[in-house]
This record gives sequence, C-alpha cells and structure tokens, in this order.
Amino acid sequence: MALTDKELEYLTETAWKIRRNIVQTTFWAGGGHIGGGLSQTDILVILYFHYMNIDPQNPDWEERDRMVLSKGHGGVGYAPVLAEKGYFSGELLKKFNHTGSPFGMHLDRLKVKGLDASTGSLGHGLPIAVGLAMGAKLHKKPWRTYCIMGDGEMAEGSIWEGAMAASHFKLDNLTGFIDRNKHCIDGCTEEVMAIEPLKDKWASFGWNVLEVDGHDFRQLGEAIEKAQLTPDKPTVINCLTVKGKGVDYMEGKPEWHYGGLDTKMVEEALKSIDRLYGKA
Amino acid sequence: MTEQSGLTYSVYDTDHMTPTEIYGYVLAQLGEERKEIVALTADLAKSTKIGKFGDKHPERFFNVGIAEQNLMGVASGLALAGFIPFVSTFAVFAALRAGEQVRTDICYQNLNCKIIATHSGLSFGTAGSTHHCTEDLAVMRTFANMTVIAPADGFETANAVRACVDYPGPVYMRIGRGFEQTVYENENYGFQIGKAVTMHEGSDITVIACGPCVLQAVEAARTLKENQGIEVRVINMHTIKPLDREAIIEAVNDTRKIITVENHSIVGGLGSAVAEVITDEGKSCRLKRLGIPDIFAIVGQTDDLYNLYKIDAAGITEAVGELLGKEVEEDDDWEDEI
Repeated sequence: MALTDKELEYLTETAWKIRRNIVQTTFWAGGGHIGGGLSQTDILVILYFHYMNIDPQNPDWEERDRMVLSKGHGGVGYAPVLAEKGYFSGELLKKFNHTGSPFGMHLDRLKVKGLDASTGSLGHGLPIAVGLAMGAKLHKKPWRTYCIMGDGEMAEGSIWEGAMAASHFKLDNLTGFIDRNKHCIDGCTEEVMAIEPLKDKWASFGWNVLEVDGHDFRQLGEAIEKAQLTPDKPTVINCLTVKGKGVDYMEGKPEWHYGGLDTKMVEEALKSIDRLYGKA
Repeated sequence: MTEQSGLTYSVYDTDHMTPTEIYGYVLAQLGEERKEIVALTADLAKSTKIGKFGDKHPERFFNVGIAEQNLMGVASGLALAGFIPFVSTFAVFAALRAGEQVRTDICYQNLNCKIIATHSGLSFGTAGSTHHCTEDLAVMRTFANMTVIAPADGFETANAVRACVDYPGPVYMRIGRGFEQTVYENENYGFQIGKAVTMHEGSDITVIACGPCVLQAVEAARTLKENQGIEVRVINMHTIKPLDREAIIEAVNDTRKIITVENHSIVGGLGSAVAEVITDEGKSCRLKRLGIPDIFAIVGQTDDLYNLYKIDAAGITEAVGELLGKEVEEDDDWEDEI
C-alpha cells in the first residue's frame, strides 16, 4: 500500500531528526563517513520506520526482518537510526569511537543491539544477506532480508558471487539497495572503476531491477512493495542518492566521504538540514 | 559399514572407507539427528565428500559454485539464521581464498560454522602448490574465537566431526585428500577437543604430531623400541587450538627433548605452537620442528613428498637419533622438574 500523507510526514520528520543526529554523532566521534552516512539515510528510515517487521524491545526475535549494511562504513549514519528506533539510548552515541565504546566506525553485531550482522569489509554484506534469506526459506518463515550496498563496493568480486547465488536460489525474500551516490574514496566511481551500466549488470545476473530517487519516500516505498510482490527472484533497487544529502557544503563532494566537524561546521550543517526540512 | 549394538558410535569399514568418506558419512548421519545442520560447498561436493550429506538431505545442502568468498558469507548468514553450517572445500581455498570472510564474517561474529577443509598439506601432492596447503594452521590459529583441529585418521575425523557439532563457535578442521591410513583401531579412545592423546609411551624423547604424521610417528616409535630400545613418547596433538599445554609441559619435564611433526610449513603451525608454550614456560628443552621448510613444495606423490621433507617414519627416526645425541642445557630449576 502506498504511503499515506501521515506516514510520509512521520518518515520525513524522522529523517530530519536522524540527519541532525548523524551530524552530531560525527562531531562526537571526532570524524566519520558522513557523506555516505547521509546518502543512505532515507533508505534506512523507510525500512526501520515503515517496512521492517521488528521489535526493538526484543532485538533477537527470530521472526524479525533482517537488515545488513553491506557498506559497513555507514555505521555513523546507521547507529543514530537504531537509537531513534529505540534499540538503545541516543546518549550512548556521545561515546562513538571512544576507547571501549560499543560504537566504532564499523558496527559490531555483538556490541550494538538491533544490528543483524557485523560489517565493514566491503563486498561481504551481500553474501551474508544471501545466507540469511536462504535461512528464512529453509525455516519456511516469511521474514525478509534487506541489504544496503554502496556503489563503490560494486567493484568487489564477492558482490557478484552473492548476486549470482541470490538469483540461482530464487531469493525473492531478499531486497538489495544500492546507495548510488556516485563516489568512492578516491573520487567518482566512473573514474576510479566504472561500474555502469549497473542496472544491466544486475538484470543480467537474474535480478529484478528498479531505480528510484533514493531520497523520495514515495518512490522508495513503491519499489520496496514491488520487490515484495516479485516472485522467484531477488530485487535490487538502484537508489540515486546525493553524497552528504542535507548538508549543503557536503552535497556531491567526494572530499566528504570521510570528515571531521568543528562546532561551527556542526552549526552550519544543522542549519542546512533544518532548511531542507522547512524547519529554519 | 557395520552397526554394532551397544556402541554409541558406528564402526567404520576403514578398509573400504577413506577419512573423507567417513566425514561425509558421519555428517549425513548427523543430519538425520540434527535438523539445524546445513552443508555447503563450492563445486567440490564429490571431492570433499560433503555431497554424501547432500544425497541424504538435498533440501539442506547448497552448492554455491566456484565462489569461496560467497561460500563463507552465505554460511555466516545461515548461522545467523540459527543453522549450524558445515562448509567444505579444499584447505587452500578455505583458509586463503576466503580467509578474510572466515576471519571477519565467521570468527569476528563468533558464528557456529564448521569448516571441514580437505586436501590439506601435501595430500594433493601431484596438484602442485596451487592446491597444496601448508599455511592453513598458521593462518587459522591466529583468528580469535577459532578452534583448529587436525585429525589423525578417519576414526578421529568421525569423532571430531561429531564433537564439533556441540562445540560452540567456529571450528576449522583440516583433513587430507582421502587416501590416508588409519592409526586408531576404532573410535572409542575418549576423543575430546583440546585434549591430546598419548599414542605410545616413552621417556627418552617425545614426538608431538598431528594429522597423518601421527601414524608416521607411531610407526617410528615402535621400530625404535624394537630395534634400539629407545623409548619414544608419541603425542597426537589433534587440536592445534586450544592447545593442550599440560601435555606439552609434561613431555618437556619428562623427556626434555621434543620433536614436532606436521604436514604443514614449519612456520606458524604445530611446531610453532609447541615452541610458544615451551618458551612461555621458560623450559630448557631441545626442540626440532619437522615440517615443510619455508618453500613451495615440489610436485610429487604424497608418500614421496613426506619422505623428501622428512615427515615420514624414516625422517622422524632420523630426527630422534639426531636429538638424542645432543645435550640439553640445564636451567635453574632443572632438579625440581625431573
């Protein structure tokens, strides 16, 4: 069912809060992958706050939907989502990256409640998600597995090993997202290692391929629902996103793949996010 | 295959079943009892014998094709979904090609995956270094949370496979290509993960071996006793991690001369692990490590290679002679310990 206006408003409000919290967490952490943390935000928000069947009070519930952040460096953008959802107190994020903190650049499932897999090494997440989706089928359970991949990690061979297996095993309970912000560390993906034509690649690997504006909840919602209704094959949603989305001085800038913020930069970033959401 | 009443375990017809076949059989049998066991391979169902599980339980058997990184990732996902994955491929691919997935996906998450790697060491001698694996013990024992086992023969493989089902966390087990001879007469000798087995009593010198080298060491010990009256203690150190430190310390105290033998590089494997214990304990001891020197081994028949690299009974006998002729420097508490 398409999102109602009220649901859209709730998601938008939540994304605003989380984007602000990502900026603050990056500040507390002394730096982080804020560019990709902000490009993936809306995908995580619609999953955690609308589509995923989960219970933050019972994070290990066996029937829950699973999410694997294959682009594990997005941790600084993911932990605020889990905090907002209620898996743990947002206060804990003030210790992000601090020695002995449960939160580091790449989140650890054994330390962070709500996390379904420890990730960080690129190209690993999709195969893990494939295993989870196969597990649900074996259990004959309806829970779904979601996997958010970075576009930079499309250059990893193991992504394509996983892609091949997912269609071979007809994993229609698996939905992949590509956070197509068009940048990896050393520059534009097409300059560092061309991955286009990306949709054709996934289609040729046997996936149902959709493409959306990765910051448009209505488009994301329609695609997720189409994926749920597509039988016998996994779906990948190529999400066209903007690196650093919401912070005007970061948007589309590869140098904001990773960065630290001082108090003035935080202030400007929060103002920019407020303007995006009409809160200024 | 015969089933004997009154025994917990089956008795295997070792004249007709190789260790890898026994592995496949035991796993298929375990699959009957334990529905949470799943099995995975990367186009080596037949070679590793994990296919025997697939024949019995096709719905719980997955061949991911020649894609070892994905193999380990998928196994992680299945473990996260509550299954106990048994994963089989050749040792060189499990430990090296997919080494990072084993470390980061399986060990870091402390998942209940059991990697049964075949064709380890020089067991696939004619295949050359691309398919030899003389590095896996060194690699695997540095992964936190990992348990590392090198069974001596088919009976021990059966015991180890059974034991690791209820042994929590990741396990790496290395077996051979399947042509190895047996050293045990049956399975009933009290196998326990992490507990070494004394195969031959002796007080002159100790040989600590793992995998197929255990049989070589036992043969050498028997011959040395018969022909020269030399008393060689042989310890089967089937578990490389966690290592049975007590057995090593006891052997040092009793014999002061130790030889390690393994179908693995002398860098980082059983010999190194034993040396670490002796050094940590500050013991005076003569230690000789037998294994593949720091080279890529030549192509050849496995038996010939064992002979060439002196990890067979002849090589062990030679090393015993060499070490018995050497002095051991006494340490401060020498008198207290022997």
